[in-house]
Amino acid sequence: MNFDFSDAQKALKQQTRDFLRAACDTTVPRRVLEDTDEPFARDLWQQVCANESPGIAIPEEYGGIGFGYLELCVVAEEMGRAIAPVPFSSSVYLAAEAILQGGSDEQKKRLLPSLASGESIGTFALSEGPGQATVPNLQTTLSDGRLSGTKMPVPDGDVADLCVVVAKDGDGASLAVVDLASEGVSREPVDTLDPSRSHARITFDGVEAEVLGEAGQGWAIKDAVFDRAAVLFAMEQLGGADACLQMAIGYAKGRYAFGRPIGSFQAIKHKLADMYIKNELARANCYYGAWALSTDAPELPVAAAAARVAATQAFHFASKENIQTHGGIGFTWESDCHLYYRRSKLLALGIGSERVWKDRLISGLEQQEAA
Amino acid sequence: MDFNDTPEQAAYRAEVRTWLAANAEPRKDRPSVSRRLDAEEGLLLAKAWQARKADAGYACRHWPVAHGGQGRPMIETIIYDQEEANFDVPTGFFSIGLGMCGPVMAQYATQEQQARFIPPLMRGEEVWCQLFSEPAAGSDVAGLRTRCHRDGDDWVVNGQKVWTSGAHYSDWGILVARHDSSLPKHKGLTFFFIDMKSPGIDIKPIKQINGGSNFNEVFFTNVRVPDSQRLGAIGEGWQVAITTLMNERLAVGDAPPPDFREVMKLAAACELDGRSALEDSSVREKIADWYVEAMGMKHTKARTMTALSQGKVPGPENSIGKVVSASKLQNVSSFGADLMDMGGVITDPSLMPSDALFQQSFLYSPGLRIAGGTDEILRNIIAERVLGLPGEIRVDRDVPYSDIPTGN
Repeated sequence: MNFDFSDAQKALKQQTRDFLRAACDTTVPRRVLEDTDEPFARDLWQQVCANESPGIAIPEEYGGIGFGYLELCVVAEEMGRAIAPVPFSSSVYLAAEAILQGGSDEQKKRLLPSLASGESIGTFALSEGPGQATVPNLQTTLSDGRLSGTKMPVPDGDVADLCVVVAKDGDGASLAVVDLASEGVSREPVDTLDPSRSHARITFDGVEAEVLGEAGQGWAIKDAVFDRAAVLFAMEQLGGADACLQMAIGYAKGRYAFGRPIGSFQAIKHKLADMYIKNELARANCYYGAWALSTDAPELPVAAAAARVAATQAFHFASKENIQTHGGIGFTWESDCHLYYRRSKLLALGIGSERVWKDRLISGLEQQEAA
Repeated sequence: MDFNDTPEQAAYRAEVRTWLAANAEPRKDRPSVSRRLDAEEGLLLAKAWQARKADAGYACRHWPVAHGGQGRPMIETIIYDQEEANFDVPTGFFSIGLGMCGPVMAQYATQEQQARFIPPLMRGEEVWCQLFSEPAAGSDVAGLRTRCHRDGDDWVVNGQKVWTSGAHYSDWGILVARHDSSLPKHKGLTFFFIDMKSPGIDIKPIKQINGGSNFNEVFFTNVRVPDSQRLGAIGEGWQVAITTLMNERLAVGDAPPPDFREVMKLAAACELDGRSALEDSSVREKIADWYVEAMGMKHTKARTMTALSQGKVPGPENSIGKVVSASKLQNVSSFGADLMDMGGVITDPSLMPSDALFQQSFLYSPGLRIAGGTDEILRNIIAERVLGLPGEIRVDRDVPYSDIPTGN
């Protein structure tokens, strides 16, 4: 039994944490949050790319450094802890994964190197507005290599160079890769719960697009990509949840009321103990998901859904109860509490809501049962 | 990251499997032998099984050689327990003796006492119980009232203990009593081991809300205990008790059913609004929650196992176990009964799915949230020892015990 990261992976995690602590304290996401002209922290992104983080799990033949997914997982946890305002998840967990999962060898060789280096930014567009996207209700269509329709919110859609779009194609769906500089693409930022990560509304008006993977099989590829992304999102959520717990502990020790630290009251103690419990349950599920992702295990769909659900619950709980622990000051704009609260909801919905993932989890169990 | 044993562990596991297969019956889909038999018959079988285990070298393998063990890594004991769980063997009578009483004897008893008491304890020839809790000292066990006073070479004990598992079939017990009420509460305690057949000990079973009787009240009336059976110095009883509690076995076993598996099976068989309850999204969401908790616990144990396997001390993550599993059991039980709708109140096993497991655990599970540290005490422990939050303000710490308000 060795259910732990290796010493080298732990060292990478520590190195990433130290780097982000210095390069991305909470003033950085706050700056992006408050500055409408800065869609992401370009200086930080340059450093993240200089560290070769975007290419960490991309094979060398496609321009990455080909470490592996456990390495990407430890980096993801730290990106989440730092609530880093960079297009890492869009470009790495979604766009690059979609190309790795669906692309031909030629497409991988052509498209992945610039994503691996961070020279270009990728993203993934599924949602078309409020409500769960399904194959029948997709309005965006792909026909004769032309893409038409509107996607929103597209994470980093205002700054990305490349977008993988889920579009209706006959009775099924296809994944289409679009160069966002193409003629017929119009995009504008859309306001979201977490302005420290920019989102866009993108309209495609007969835009030239190439199919990724087999035409009509896009939904299954999307599911496979989301299973993999679910583990990575969960690792970010776990990092964020732990950051909230640490922040709440720090405040509870130093804030006095009724002549004693508020952390000495059981009402606060039990709240923080519950945070710890949820975080540890999430951590255990995330590690198992990381194992399943790194080994392409048949357990991946269920393991990923469990990690996703546990980490969504943990970050939501930790971010809201961190505000509560802070009391009035936690509700102010100046306090950092809301940075995590916003990010927790953004990550919770980014690749589908908790309810959707719970349903996917049970479907996976039913399939295991039937097999 | 991998979930495989090391070659050495795999070899040991294979050896254990072979031995178990030759000496016990595989567990079948029916109540375990301990549940099929009454306590008396079960105890006889359990004693025979424990002796067989000890003879084969599988009892207390991780204990030091000097204390009758084999000085092997803890992971081997866990591997044995994991494998034994697949067999229908009588268990549950010796966990307090092996988990708490043995280690405290090993640390505090004389060489002669260890030679006399530890081998029969380990072989299951003598059963031990723990006499800590009292009617007025549950979570606040250091507030206990049972008195002891010195009389010649003996101590004389008067008072009452409660929630003592197995007192009626135990041969020996470990006891904390108050020798001086004028001292602050933690300082006036002294620790003993006592002969449970001593004159003056009166044992009465407690009837629980589920109708069962797994625990006892134990009354002491002028019970004489030789001073030679004192463990630790006079007034050192609290430190000895804390050592004992620290030795509670690592919870690496599976929590008792029903869990998400049983609810899922039940939901598939129950109808809700004219279709399988398992198609209902509210049912699916609940099962997903319990799955995530159950897997969180399972993988947390895997983290603990990893630490032990590498010869490291497990991290604090293990402390979440009972808080999560006890409440989950209660919630799962209640929900299972709900799925049966109006019929869910029936407790006759012959009429009910899973032999009324959900109904039985509905009545049994409240006890798990209290036994071995209440949910609230465990949250305090996590908050204080793991998260480093400040301790409670203790108004009773530095005052004479006799001056502490007692209420009812």
